[in-house]
Amino acid sequence: MRTKRDCFSGPQRVLHWLMAIMVLAMLFIGVSMVSTLKPRFLILISIHKPLGIAILALAVLRLGVRLRLGAPALPSDLPRTQALAAKLSHFVLYALLLAMPLVGWGMLSAGGYPVVLYGSLHLPAILPHDDQLHATLLTTHMVLAYMFFATILLHVAAALFHALIRRDGVFRAMAGIGSRDQ
Amino acid sequence: MSKEENGTRDPPLSPSAVTSRLVIIGGVVFASALAFAYVGGWLSPDRLTPTRMVAALSDRGGNPLGHRRNHSKGICFTGVFEANGAASKYSIAPMLVSGSYPVVGRFAIAVGNPDASDIMGRVKSMAVRIVSPNGQEWRSGMNNSPVFVVSNPRDFYELTRAQDIDPAFGKPDPGAIKRFSATHPDSAPFIEWSQTASWTTSWADQAYNSLNAFRFIDAAGASHLVRWSMEPAVSPTPVPHEALASMGPDFLEHDLVRRLSEGPLTWHLMVTFAEPGDPSNDATKAWPSDRKRVDVGTLTVRKGEAEADGPCRDLNYDPTILPSGIAVSDDPLLAARSAAYAKSFDLRTAEAADYPYSPRPAGGRP
Repeated sequence: MRTKRDCFSGPQRVLHWLMAIMVLAMLFIGVSMVSTLKPRFLILISIHKPLGIAILALAVLRLGVRLRLGAPALPSDLPRTQALAAKLSHFVLYALLLAMPLVGWGMLSAGGYPVVLYGSLHLPAILPHDDQLHATLLTTHMVLAYMFFATILLHVAAALFHALIRRDGVFRAMAGIGSRDQ
Repeated sequence: MSKEENGTRDPPLSPSAVTSRLVIIGGVVFASALAFAYVGGWLSPDRLTPTRMVAALSDRGGNPLGHRRNHSKGICFTGVFEANGAASKYSIAPMLVSGSYPVVGRFAIAVGNPDASDIMGRVKSMAVRIVSPNGQEWRSGMNNSPVFVVSNPRDFYELTRAQDIDPAFGKPDPGAIKRFSATHPDSAPFIEWSQTASWTTSWADQAYNSLNAFRFIDAAGASHLVRWSMEPAVSPTPVPHEALASMGPDFLEHDLVRRLSEGPLTWHLMVTFAEPGDPSNDATKAWPSDRKRVDVGTLTVRKGEAEADGPCRDLNYDPTILPSGIAVSDDPLLAARSAAYAKSFDLRTAEAADYPYSPRPAGGRP
């Protein structure tokens, strides 16, 4: 249920900023590791897998919290196209938060790789070992990663537009700081 | 309550303030995109990427589409690894505990052309995937040379480029390899082996060496620097290199099929323990021959299968896929192998149309 609040709840803000750091780290680790033969490759990939699963778990939690607590209403004077863009981009971001780890996990499964998180801790395969499936999921993982980064750039630009130019409380709703009326 | 609802909205920005703030926003977005591009290597065209490495490996003649980009010609096998438990003192790896563990493996020759004649197989290889009951995996790709030809990925790239097919001759420029070895003294032990080791007509009579160093981790968490070798039960039968020319292009496969029709083939997995000062990060250097060696188990190869439909076809024998109790060393080749094998795997799984499975009238693939 939507409540009449001007800020996201504390847990939502913590989840947002924590996952922002995790997802950005994940995207930079991803593009870095696929472009190097150096020893950092092994370190990066050993972070990439457990971090991805952690993001998946937090994304499920976050979606639950969002469905339960809702979000503050957008300003009533926000043009309809901007409001629509905001809703659409948030939907895309949630979809990517859930899809990216699942596609990665499925891709490793289809490639016949063990999905090692740490030491002897590993996850079961979620898809059959199949080369065509591996190839399709690999392409999907890459395309979604670039889409994810582009969507995040748009999201950041929009957030800063609200913070610096419209100054309408939308940025503060998530930042939770600098609010004069709290 | 938001500010406009409180009637405390900030005073409007001047047009120049709007412009400068838009510039700031644009700057943040641009700088982020630039950082992403930098990390991804798009701003460093000289970076040795997996893509460049694998492209070099693909340029050594023949049509490698659908195939591994190195060790491109090979055959699958299945069998079992029986650990005798002797390694449990040094590693908590579950497949080193006394017992029997299934193996899917592959014999190959180190060529870039999947249709190469076996006479090109100076370097022969064995890859294994040993699986423990709790699903942990130990994958290893081993060569029959006692040392590797280079110590780092950059040198391997240059060596691979030296084997490019020269369009003028339709084969590699022999001068390029000579120039490489003249400028890379580290390669001397490998080159000496390649020029003096006897040739045989079999995968079965070769020892296969991990080349890279790894670390065994014991129950107390202590680390032991090791290399390992699969030592054959069959003793080698040397033949003159010239004699191989009359044997047809696939004599290794024929030999393996014939031997396995007569019974299984075995290798002993021998683990060599380093002494202080033995190099962990240089696969071109052998360790002294008096190092402690422990026989930790027996690999029994029972069945060979053509790769096109075989169980090794869609496996990536990445040597960094290791169980708990075995870890990589600081050898820079290991990360490079992992990254390049993954790229090769990514390419070939997307190229199945170029390497079709055998048609099966009913039931699909096993």
